[in-house]
Amino acid sequence: MARITMREAISKALWEEMERDPSVFILGEEVGVWGGSYAVTKGFFDHFGPERVKDTPIAESAIIGAAIGAALTGLRPVAELMTINFAFSAFDHIVNQAAKLHHMFAGQMKVPMVIRTVSGGGRQLGATHSQTPDAIFAHFPGLKVVAPGTPEDAKGLLKSAIRIDDPVLFIESATLYQVRGEVPEDEQLIPIGKSKIQRPGKDVTVVTYSKMLETSIKAADLLAKEGIEVEIVDLRTLRPLDMEPVIDSFKKTNRAVIVEEGWKSYGVGAEIASRIYEEAFDFIDAPIQRVAQKEVPLPYNQALEQLALPQVEDVIRAIREVL
Amino acid sequence: MAQTVNMPKLGFDMAEGTLVRWVAKEGDQVSKGVVLAEIETDKATVEVESTYDGVLLRQLVPQGTIVPVNDPIAVIGEAGEEIKIGAADQVKEQSPVGIGLKEENIPVILPEPGQALELPAAPISQEKPHASPLARSMAADLGIDLRLVHGTGPGGRITKKDIVSFQPMQPVSRLGKTPSTPAKPSFAAPRTFIHETRTVPLPKLRAAIGRRMTEAKQQAPHFYVTHDYDIGALVDRRKEVNSLLAEEDKLSVNDFIVRAVALTLLDYPNLNASLDIQKSSVIFHGGINVGVAVAVENGLLTIVSRDTDQKPIFQISAELKGMVKRAREGKVRSEDIEGSTFTVSNLGMFDVDQFVAIINPPEAAILAIGSARQVPVVVNNQIQIGTRMKATLSVDHRISDGAEGARFLQSLAKYIEEPLRLLLSV
Repeated sequence: MARITMREAISKALWEEMERDPSVFILGEEVGVWGGSYAVTKGFFDHFGPERVKDTPIAESAIIGAAIGAALTGLRPVAELMTINFAFSAFDHIVNQAAKLHHMFAGQMKVPMVIRTVSGGGRQLGATHSQTPDAIFAHFPGLKVVAPGTPEDAKGLLKSAIRIDDPVLFIESATLYQVRGEVPEDEQLIPIGKSKIQRPGKDVTVVTYSKMLETSIKAADLLAKEGIEVEIVDLRTLRPLDMEPVIDSFKKTNRAVIVEEGWKSYGVGAEIASRIYEEAFDFIDAPIQRVAQKEVPLPYNQALEQLALPQVEDVIRAIREVL
Repeated sequence: MAQTVNMPKLGFDMAEGTLVRWVAKEGDQVSKGVVLAEIETDKATVEVESTYDGVLLRQLVPQGTIVPVNDPIAVIGEAGEEIKIGAADQVKEQSPVGIGLKEENIPVILPEPGQALELPAAPISQEKPHASPLARSMAADLGIDLRLVHGTGPGGRITKKDIVSFQPMQPVSRLGKTPSTPAKPSFAAPRTFIHETRTVPLPKLRAAIGRRMTEAKQQAPHFYVTHDYDIGALVDRRKEVNSLLAEEDKLSVNDFIVRAVALTLLDYPNLNASLDIQKSSVIFHGGINVGVAVAVENGLLTIVSRDTDQKPIFQISAELKGMVKRAREGKVRSEDIEGSTFTVSNLGMFDVDQFVAIINPPEAAILAIGSARQVPVVVNNQIQIGTRMKATLSVDHRISDGAEGARFLQSLAKYIEEPLRLLLSV
């Protein structure tokens, strides 16, 4: 197995799918000649040509609207939104059209499209370009929301996302593109909607995803030196949410900490905690803790930005709280 | 170390009681179960029995005193134990036998006349205990009264750890209903029967057993076949083998039976099957996993020997022992109790002739084993003493029939009555 970066893993998934299926094409801002604002589609334009790697105007609703139209006519568009913050400009298309067309018209139409986008803060991009509004999109039935935390998962999940007939919001993390991980050389499809134990342990269950998987693993490494064994469940998909590994793990440890990069209020942690209360009440031995971003528009100042984002120490503190 | 005896709570609405008469005098030797005093509530006069062995060092309240529930009424300790009293004036400084109270030993403050006692921590608090949901469900399963458990979690919360480390205390007092005079001291061990009608939620395990057994009896038409086995040879072989084995490795009669059942099932796939009603199909299980019913607190569990037909008896025995231990300690693992394809239930240790068992769904059959006993038997027209054991097979008639059940029991005899086969084959 090769150790490649998240960026390479995503790029490979796209490349392989475009080679495999001529109906797959890419559209977005600067995805073509420039090679993508995060260089994920570098080289695609030269290889696949302008027909299949389309640069668009800076108009997110146009990008998503065009992708929906293409999907309805039988193509498999992969639309790139430079960041998830810009998805708000295309919000109606995403949640009112893409997510609902199949269901409103008796299944006559399919919308096999992927929206690749980038979530998360920590790069001093300011409050409007640094948000983690993943939970908002996961609120809508009809839309699948995937957010991998490892290169292997990113590759396998993106390939699945391109192949299924439902619209998928595929959320990448800007600060994970350089992270390396083992990725099998051969083709592996990872099913959407399956959570995964990324680290086994017996003392406490940490539920997390995307960038916060990395943060949680660092916290678990430090606690392991004290003999505290943290089990980490990576959600990987926010909708449909697979609670089975979470509940199984919780029934074993009886304690849970949920770590997310977005704000705590009405967030992923709120959902997971509620599910645990609903499905495993008799196994709760301590109040469930949530680690999340401070409830402020993310500051630009580097020190303040880092203070507002969930850090390794915050995860450790929360784990100690439940033990 | 001196112990205090408190005013018992004799009904859920009792707040106080009148100590109408002291039965035991200061200085009397008392043992558990001995009547110390008579208490009158608004409903009845009852006896308070000692929950400790020792000498009644001190009657803390005079006869006729109204005492709130859980307030101390007496001190029991060792003869000659030093006692020093704080507010000594109200009570005699020295007891008739000349013993004093040692202050640190007696966690009570003696009352001013007519004043309620300042309470030491009562053994049973009447407040709703502060416990985690897990601690609550564990306590319910184990039949532990949470009011007796000391919480060590944040804010005194009772957590899993506290339940696991909980050691049951003696009940505070035993209550008899007799308003008897004279009270006859009873030297019997404290009874566990509580003379008080109570409604207690079913422990989870109990409720689960109820559901499954109801399902089995309502849905699976059972029929029963009984066979009488000559287990003289098995008893002898077992004795021989066990004389060579370390204590912890010794084989039980049940180990032989479990192995015998597994080998017999190889020829009776119908009895190692389950019904799929939706598909109107029979599922023939590819593995033979023999379940063994184990009595645990508040019910029973079926532990599972996996691929029993492929394992030597010593391995079967060792695995079952481990699972029984975990089951009894409440540490059973899910793999210990899941996936059985046929169950053996053995009440042999309780001196039963025979019994019939309810099928453990979704299995097709269960074998109920009685005690091995010496009985007169007829051999070659002569009456001799033989060792016999009865086993009754319960079978789901939707999957199999009486003739097959009977043949199974006959085939089983080949192993049970020629037990070397069980030791030889792997």
